[in-house]
Amino acid sequence: MNPTLILFQRELRSYFATPVAYVFIVIFLLLAGSFTFYLGSFYERGQADLEPFFHFHPWLYLFLVPAVAMRLWADERKSGTIELLLTLPITMWQAVFAKFLAAWCFIAIALGLTFPLWITVNYLGDPDNGVIVTSYLGSLLMAGAFLAIGACLSAASRSQVVAFILAVVVCFLFLLAGFPLVLDVFRAVSPQGLVDAISGLSFLTHYNAISNGVIDLRDLVYFILTIGFWLYANAVVIDLKKAE
Amino acid sequence: MIETSFLTKRYGTLTAVERISFRVESGQVLGFLGPNGAGKSTTMKMIAGFLAPTEGRVTVCGFDVEERPIDAKRALGYLPEGAPSYGEMTPRSFLEFVAGIRGLEGEYKRRRLDDVIGRLQLEGVLEQSIETLSKGFKRRVGLAQAILHDPPVLILDEPTDGLDPNQKHEVRGLINAMAKDKVIVISTHILEEVHAVCNRAIIIAGGKLLADATPAELEARSRYHLAVSLTTTETAAAHTALQGIADIESIEVDPQDHRLTAFPKKGRPILTAVADTVKARDIPVSELQLETGRLDEVFRTITQPHSREAHP
Repeated sequence: MNPTLILFQRELRSYFATPVAYVFIVIFLLLAGSFTFYLGSFYERGQADLEPFFHFHPWLYLFLVPAVAMRLWADERKSGTIELLLTLPITMWQAVFAKFLAAWCFIAIALGLTFPLWITVNYLGDPDNGVIVTSYLGSLLMAGAFLAIGACLSAASRSQVVAFILAVVVCFLFLLAGFPLVLDVFRAVSPQGLVDAISGLSFLTHYNAISNGVIDLRDLVYFILTIGFWLYANAVVIDLKKAE
Repeated sequence: MIETSFLTKRYGTLTAVERISFRVESGQVLGFLGPNGAGKSTTMKMIAGFLAPTEGRVTVCGFDVEERPIDAKRALGYLPEGAPSYGEMTPRSFLEFVAGIRGLEGEYKRRRLDDVIGRLQLEGVLEQSIETLSKGFKRRVGLAQAILHDPPVLILDEPTDGLDPNQKHEVRGLINAMAKDKVIVISTHILEEVHAVCNRAIIIAGGKLLADATPAELEARSRYHLAVSLTTTETAAAHTALQGIADIESIEVDPQDHRLTAFPKKGRPILTAVADTVKARDIPVSELQLETGRLDEVFRTITQPHSREAHP
């Protein structure tokens, strides 16, 4: 069997070998639910859709995805298993990809477990299920982008805490790249072209476009390129740091 | 077969390994000796393909580690320092995982798993998570992983470190049993290990290769090589008697147990002369020994000028 697949299976199983996975899933579901009902006024709006649910995903992921990502490489480096893993006949790319994919799959499982909400809106009314499907897709893609950032930064440090904090900060910048909070800083020091480029990097803008039910190829490509870029950076960081 | 040529690793301004070249053939068990921080682990990591050399190259079974990394890694079993493994896994699932990545399948995979589990006596702990195992078992799991695919080349970084004497003995037995048709490189700073398992030793200090010889040849470099030691109640009389032997260069008396050691002039055998002299003078000798040479003394003489606090 393909080494990527074998490593993927090992990684995914390792989440469920410890209570971490269950704690994560429970917290994710509790927070997703309470945001939807309390902050999002799910009932009070009187509309059968999942907009209040998806609306809070970026903020939920901001903290929960770095928590999943922080152990990916920091742990391997700390325990020395990175030496074992990278001297097995598997390429760096396969290892980076397999570990990322397993973590992504784990988040997808957590996200998938929010299905009772979907059933609920269908029971309460007649929602546009097409929009819900694209929203799920957008949410998963955005989680992947957060995760790729977190994976890369987890390779930069032996400490999971440092990896977590770095990831939250960088994810926050990417999330709000299109907003004055971030743009004003760049506006002061860089040309307009760069400011425009940075504003185009906002996760939120691209996510909102997809969760409105419009799948624009550019938004898909954006997330896939972001993931690809950070995974590439991930491999580079591992290479640089493994001597330490 | 392993071949390194001018292997060099620099970290910034620090040179951890400097132009090390050697070649190890099948059937050889090569001991890597050196003080802590000498560059042993760094050299092994480069052979195993974990670290890229700054200069020079390594080939494993003819495959250049940098150009054909996957082929080289297939031919190689590696036990990293400290025998790391995934703590939340059981030995069985861990070995299954390694077997999977190494591409072992079906009947062959089952046979290999049974073989290493038997060899390293892991039957009793197969279903226990690795983090709950004792140090000895963790080390054995690491060794099992390294020999799982029956590789022609084995690199073991301090395979007996932290084991108790019985476990050390077992691991050495295991290495000896595999030595016949493999290339085995082990690093150690336990000198007795060199005698127990190695038929060749390389001494590294300060990143440089300082000696490459068989253990016996290394011992021959010792000041003690062919010296004669004896214990007697009449130390003074024996001392005077031995001074009369022409081939003896000097005589030392151990300040603690008053054991006499006579050092020969270079290349001169003195055992018979010493034995005859003490017999002729009727000196009561409770013990008389021909020294083969002391490895620890050779080790110190070779490495001390080069020792430094160095990079891991």
